[in-house]
Amino acid sequence: MARAPKLPAPPMPAALKAPPPRPGEANGKLTPADHAKEAGASVVDWVDERTSLSGAARWLMFRKVPKGTNWFYTLGSATMFAFLSQAVTGVFLAMFYRPDPSGGAYESIRHVTNEVFLGQFVRGMHKWGSSVMVILVFLHMGRTFFFGAYKYPRELNWVIGVVLLILTMTMSFTGYLLPFDQRAYWATIVGVNINGTGPLLGPYLSDFLRGGPEFGAVTLSRFYAIHMLLVPGLLAALIGAHLYLVAKLGTTAPPWLKADKKAELREAEA
Amino acid sequence: MSDKHSQHKSRYTVDRQIPGAFDGETVTRRRFMTVGSQAAGGIAAASFLLPALGFAIGPIFKEAPHDWESVGPTDMFPDNNYVPTVVTLTPGVGEAGKTTVYVRKRNASIDTDKSDKNSLFIAISSRCAHLGCPVRWVDAAERFICPCHGGVYDLLGRRVGGPPVRPLDRFYTRVARGEVQIGPRYSVNSELERFSPRDPGEPIDGIGQYMYPSRPSARK
Repeated sequence: MARAPKLPAPPMPAALKAPPPRPGEANGKLTPADHAKEAGASVVDWVDERTSLSGAARWLMFRKVPKGTNWFYTLGSATMFAFLSQAVTGVFLAMFYRPDPSGGAYESIRHVTNEVFLGQFVRGMHKWGSSVMVILVFLHMGRTFFFGAYKYPRELNWVIGVVLLILTMTMSFTGYLLPFDQRAYWATIVGVNINGTGPLLGPYLSDFLRGGPEFGAVTLSRFYAIHMLLVPGLLAALIGAHLYLVAKLGTTAPPWLKADKKAELREAEA
Repeated sequence: MSDKHSQHKSRYTVDRQIPGAFDGETVTRRRFMTVGSQAAGGIAAASFLLPALGFAIGPIFKEAPHDWESVGPTDMFPDNNYVPTVVTLTPGVGEAGKTTVYVRKRNASIDTDKSDKNSLFIAISSRCAHLGCPVRWVDAAERFICPCHGGVYDLLGRRVGGPPVRPLDRFYTRVARGEVQIGPRYSVNSELERFSPRDPGEPIDGIGQYMYPSRPSARK
């Protein structure tokens, strides 16, 4: 392939132009300052020589995208950043939270909200961010549906996406109990009982969620463990698989874009 | 190749002309090692996955303990109106483990359900049979009314309006040393026949009692 012509350098004021090397400096010897300049590149080189990560990074990030790619295509990464925000704020909230149903849980949330520096802000990000994530998941799903991006060969990615949607709803359901105020308690009672209305298996499912026949001592810690350990791990793993398939299969062109006709076909029509 | 299509394949690797086969062996060493290491990995994974799974679903099969709890002397409860009392269903979790139970003396002129020593006093659970919100007894209307989705029940706890699928649950009662005591919960169908406790939202009339079976964690 022929090398593309190089763009001419923009005009620069003389004061900003790099001075030409002095005699004796450009004879192949590097000064400590040169080493310092190269430090970043050499660290990357050192890692890359041992892992070959740059190839994977190039494969993931420098992909061909179809014509007509537009802002709707950013909803997936927006959802992922919402998840990352939930993960980070959640980890720091867990440093203060106590899953103690006899008053400790509510007290620890009150402490975070009212007394911890930036506590109200970080908790607010987690609380409102959860709604943002659910909204973004549905918008992303709608984009995929209306653009026909679930069709062959991307069906598996749609299935993974549906599992991610269910896991996101599980996160919303289990996270709702954790503040352990009146709303959290009664919403969970109602939610668990809705699970119980499934025939045959429903009664056992609600026993599993509560850890017994009544809302008890282990219900809150069960919900907490599901909310911060079980489901986030599954979510992260499936988001990885989702992204891998996106990179592997590429994105679809929007449905209003017609495929380019071959030159000879155009000629024949003319 | 022709061996592959022959009718009777030999047990011996030598006869099947597998490279590196030894005389008399029926499984190649490579295959033995592959199956062996996969089996070892499977056993190792099962040895922590199965106990963890059992640990997680164990509570489904364990019957929850229940105590009898005194709620007041027998003359505290009239036979034509309810007295709200508070009992602890789950100890050790503070307010979250308590519930309101509406208690009155049995009244032969209105109570048509089975009469025995455990129903001398009628104890109605405040847990709505729709989705479990707390109902309250409204004296003026002589109805139990649920604040969440508008379930309405009559004096006997039978549904008269709204979404609930069966009457309000009841508790066994007994009299000990002049005190009324509240025992385990049981559910009733629309004829007020006793069933093992079901969760809210689960009908027990007709086919419902089989669609929502009794659970090992809460027997009658």
